[in-house]
Amino acid sequence: MDLKDLYRDVIVDHNRRPRNFGPLATANHSAEGHNPLCGDRLKLYIDVEGDTLADVAFEGSGCAISVASASLMTEALKGRALTDVRDYCDEVHKLLTQHDFVPTRDLGKLVALSGVREFPARVKCASLCWHTLLAALESKPQTVKTE
Amino acid sequence: MIPQVIEKHRSTTPDFDVNRIRRDFPILSEIINGWPLAYLDNAASSQHPVAVLQAIDTYYRESHANVHRGVHTLSQRATECYEGARDKVRRFINARSTHEIIFVRGTTEAINLVAQSYGRANFKPGDEIVLTWLEHHANIVPWQLLAGELGIVLRVAPIDARGMVDYDAYESLLGPRTRLVAFAHASNALGTVLPVKRMVAAARARGIPSLVDGAQAVPHLKVDVQALDCDFYAFSGHKMFGPTGIGVLYGREALLEAMPPWQGGGDMILTVSFTKGTTYNTLPYKFEAGTPNIADAIGLGAAIDYINALDWDALTAYENDLLAYATHRVGALPGIKLIGTADEKVSVLSFVMDGVHPHDLGTILDTEGIAVRTGHHCAMPVMEYFNLPATARASFAFYNTRAEVDRLVAALTRARAVFA
Repeated sequence: MDLKDLYRDVIVDHNRRPRNFGPLATANHSAEGHNPLCGDRLKLYIDVEGDTLADVAFEGSGCAISVASASLMTEALKGRALTDVRDYCDEVHKLLTQHDFVPTRDLGKLVALSGVREFPARVKCASLCWHTLLAALESKPQTVKTE
Repeated sequence: MIPQVIEKHRSTTPDFDVNRIRRDFPILSEIINGWPLAYLDNAASSQHPVAVLQAIDTYYRESHANVHRGVHTLSQRATECYEGARDKVRRFINARSTHEIIFVRGTTEAINLVAQSYGRANFKPGDEIVLTWLEHHANIVPWQLLAGELGIVLRVAPIDARGMVDYDAYESLLGPRTRLVAFAHASNALGTVLPVKRMVAAARARGIPSLVDGAQAVPHLKVDVQALDCDFYAFSGHKMFGPTGIGVLYGREALLEAMPPWQGGGDMILTVSFTKGTTYNTLPYKFEAGTPNIADAIGLGAAIDYINALDWDALTAYENDLLAYATHRVGALPGIKLIGTADEKVSVLSFVMDGVHPHDLGTILDTEGIAVRTGHHCAMPVMEYFNLPATARASFAFYNTRAEVDRLVAALTRARAVFA
């Protein structure tokens, strides 16, 4: 187990300065994710326009892995087609859990999350925001309160 | 990763030979992620001396049969071992009689037993139970379950910024509708030792019975239920160097006598009839339905023998020194905030580090073979009070050393560097 595998520079950076952090005024869906074991909590806001994830933001508190995963997720998915978004969710899930998984597309910085495979207790931290995103996509359209 | 040379474990109090003690606990020689194990998660579950492992092994090899129901030799032998363990428990907490010692799965089951049996028989809508903000979920949720069903009310004594129960507020909650007080002897999340004797006495003066959750106290403090004068005392084997799956409910005989059984089955009855009704066994068997956890009760008895053979004064001095050292060293690190700084504590050190989430700390420490607990410690109201999602918690036993504290401090320093 090498710590540098888990806490790669990009993870540390996104934990320290999470991107797309805070409420989203234009959001029309949202969902809350909670990992009761860790106490990680996040709220995900998405703005779906037609077949596109026009915007996405999150807020909450959690460990470095969960915050960085959410930050990287928002950066990677903003502006993508919804079918594409679901593909990403699937790919990242495999990336986090399957040792020999070779991504079928270029996952960019998200590859940094693969280090959690060696730390089974931490897989849930990395996957929390992705499950929350799927829940937000399934949720009924609404005017989201961001206060 | 190549471990640094580990400093030799040294005793810091003259009468306590920690190296001799450590040899009694085989798991302490484990190598974890390339490092010698530094086991600092004793408040979650402690480790086992060889004597406990051997007692269980010998029982299964030489004496196992079902208890209380055979004329054959093995059954009598098993019964003697099992009842012998009960008497060891009785002496360990100075109960008057083995009728007052009920074997259960653990503290959680003991409290549920009282809630379901004593509670259902005695609580009426509008009655109140007084708890504290320091409680483990095991001493909250059983009462909440009952509250929802019976319409009773939970009143909770507040704590202060150091993690101590506000005694005056506690006393002011005791009223004409209070039917039970239930609180920890020591807090699992913070280590705070509660003034149980005084709290029990205040309740007794008003005719209110008391339950003490002793799970965190028994490995550190001499417990005398007669001196405490409590009505119920619950604890677990696996936090006091005994096996998992075995624990104890002490109950004052007169109260237990009046309580209805809570589980039915074999061994808890005298006679069973479809036509003449069923009659129940005497104490303590009335509360032990089915074949009990014989082997682990015997293991618990062996753990008690082990503890009793130690020089308790030297052990207490050693543990106090270790906690003071850890408090000083960890507390002096930049960015560290200690959570729970009560005057009197068992050896638990809860803390948070600026800019590093407790779970990341836990993972980083683990890569250096250091086991600590991170999370809410099954005491979410405590976390709520301090407005924290989680803390890291190092909890010590008498087999831990200053050298292990030094490794903790070095690893915490490295953890801070990872996120700097």
